[in-house]
Amino acid sequence: MAQVLLKGSRLADFTPVSGHLYDEMSSAEGAPRPHYQGFSDWLKRTPVDQIAQKREEAERAFHRIGITFAVYGENGGTERLIPFDIVPRIIPASEWRTLERGLKQRVHALNLFLDDIYHDQSILKAGVIPPERVLANSQYRREMHGMDVPGGIYAHIAGVDIVRADEGAYYVLEDNLRVPSGVSYMLENRRMMMRLFPELFATRAIKPVEHYPDEVAVLTPGAHNSAYFEHAFLAQQMGVELVEGPDLFVQNETVYMRTTRGPRRVHVLYRRVDDDFLDPRAFRPDSMLGVPGLFAAYRAGRVTLANAIGTGVADDKSIYPFVPDMIRFYLTEEPILNNVPTWQLSREDDLRYCLEHLAELVVKEVRVAEREAFRGRIVAQPDKYIAQPTLALSTCPTFTASGLAPRHIDLRPYVLSGKSVNLVPGGLTRVALREGSLVVNSSQGGGTKDTWVMAH
Amino acid sequence: MLCRTANELYWMARHIERAENIARLLDVTYRMSLLPYEVIEPGLAWAEPWAVPLITSGLATAFYERFRELSAENVLRFMILDSSNPSSIYCCLRSARESARSVRGAITSEMYEDLNSAWLEMRGYDYDRIQLTGVSAFLEWVKMRSHLFRGVTFGTMLRDEAYHFNRLGTHIERADNTARILDVKYHTLLPSAADVGGAVDYYQWSALLRSVSGFESYRKIYSDVITPRRVAELLILREDMPRSLHSCIHFIHDTLEVLCDENSREIEQASGELYARLHYGKTDDIIKFGLHEYLIEFLDRISALGGEINRYFLVPT
Repeated sequence: MAQVLLKGSRLADFTPVSGHLYDEMSSAEGAPRPHYQGFSDWLKRTPVDQIAQKREEAERAFHRIGITFAVYGENGGTERLIPFDIVPRIIPASEWRTLERGLKQRVHALNLFLDDIYHDQSILKAGVIPPERVLANSQYRREMHGMDVPGGIYAHIAGVDIVRADEGAYYVLEDNLRVPSGVSYMLENRRMMMRLFPELFATRAIKPVEHYPDEVAVLTPGAHNSAYFEHAFLAQQMGVELVEGPDLFVQNETVYMRTTRGPRRVHVLYRRVDDDFLDPRAFRPDSMLGVPGLFAAYRAGRVTLANAIGTGVADDKSIYPFVPDMIRFYLTEEPILNNVPTWQLSREDDLRYCLEHLAELVVKEVRVAEREAFRGRIVAQPDKYIAQPTLALSTCPTFTASGLAPRHIDLRPYVLSGKSVNLVPGGLTRVALREGSLVVNSSQGGGTKDTWVMAH
Repeated sequence: MLCRTANELYWMARHIERAENIARLLDVTYRMSLLPYEVIEPGLAWAEPWAVPLITSGLATAFYERFRELSAENVLRFMILDSSNPSSIYCCLRSARESARSVRGAITSEMYEDLNSAWLEMRGYDYDRIQLTGVSAFLEWVKMRSHLFRGVTFGTMLRDEAYHFNRLGTHIERADNTARILDVKYHTLLPSAADVGGAVDYYQWSALLRSVSGFESYRKIYSDVITPRRVAELLILREDMPRSLHSCIHFIHDTLEVLCDENSREIEQASGELYARLHYGKTDDIIKFGLHEYLIEFLDRISALGGEINRYFLVPT
């Protein structure tokens, strides 16, 4: 059973075929797993109406505080609430230790890869990755070639999407190295849980999640961006200015912001604007979001950008299959975390396999005619596609209209790279709220949960 | 503080204040339209009460681009609900809320929540619902939302630069609007010179005073018939009258003293000069100069001051 993914797309809706799913809270026999024992007991002894009341309270609070995201294309740019589920996703300490090591290893290798492809390109010379995959990639920034970035760190903040499938094994579904979002939801979810259920935190050793590096200014595309709430939230939490392109100007390769007391220099930009839009002089000339001359200042080493320009090539779908090889190549270690098994349709064998199995794919929205058209698109440009099996994502009990029910979840931990590589314990757990759905995206009916990592 | 942030805060406050003043202006027009009037010179369109809010806010041309006929309904639609008129109450609240949203970090969450709910309510109004609610009741609602927002601002906001730019916007807008509302009476309305001092005149002046919450203050201070001279004194020169020009400029000048540094001293000097004219001004001189002329000159000066603030603090090039 395989499912073809369009480049850049997520797992599509599907109904899990096998009845056997890994549930985070309960074992196959239905008993709570040890790390959920405490929560499960609490759930049993807490009256249903009390929980219902807390859920309403959470929803009201999120509305009032305005933790929302903008929805494009809807009437007048509306804002929507991301549903928050009060049943936490709990990760046992031992599993977290493995995840943490695996994530550090992976992001470290990805940073080495970025440094390499913008300098010596040894991984390409060694034939580990076909050079055209990297050099002809639209996310590869020729302008970055030969430029040194502070500490050799390109992806200061990485969000790595992890899923758990089958018998409970973790897989890396996707790396996000450009401008990963969701940190604010992770922090707000924890704040909400502590407010609603202080007793849960009082009796358990749960690692705190507040831990985020300081920066000097956050660069946002503006109030109409879907993640604007997060940009404002982060700037506020860090106690730094939230700036838009027109707030900045460059003079003598130095970046300044316009303030009511005259120009003030900016040294570090945590930018949430995509590469293409950062500087109309260097990249897209029609960009209204950027700062003319920013790239020249960056090249001159007069301003630090987090994340660096050109990281997108490393989280591209076509590079993803090579990440385990990168780890072996740069670190001479075996990858601790596995990729989801992936067919690369640019490889003849893989392509043949997928085309043979395409007819029996259960991609339910795609009608036969469309599937045939899709087949044509794959054949025409096989290197634009990869195929992965539909994973039976693990489930976690979630409050639904008809009470607690299992819903599929994923996990996005945040990896922070500087002098050392650090992780925020836990991450953002996203949950697909529709029964059977695997789509956890907030724009398509996904919600979030607080993520607990047990300290021991 | 970022210039953009200061700019948004300033315009957030101006738009709220403008929404309130549009509501006041429409309310006084509505009250006046209930009084008898006749158009003496045909073609003198602004002798119609419903032309007043259009002329005072400089929107007559824009109105006639959208509507052919001057009627209560058309003016109300245009000034309250029209999304293509940037000074309509609808647009003012929308702009204020958009500004607040883009500088959420600089205001308190109570302020944002208050403005947000005002906007959400505003979106629920159409012409029929306003008729159902009653025009005056709706305009009262707009005023109350503005009062509420001002109160929340006053009660929750740190007295930092953000606060100062916010209050600066309120008072620049208010000074402008008080001058315009006061000038209304001079554009309009009396059927003939013989009616000056008559019953209609009295009602018009009292409606005008009510529209700036000045009727009761007038009674307290003068305990006498309403005369143009005293109204002018009250709304221009009285420092203790919160919507008077004197009071607004006093506030603006105090605020600019805090905000200006050595590079922006000229702005402070300009506001100081304006303040001195009001502080030491005499009613007789104003009447001699001509009230209308005086107000026009004042509007020019306040607009020039706004321009300076804009150029130095808000949108520097």
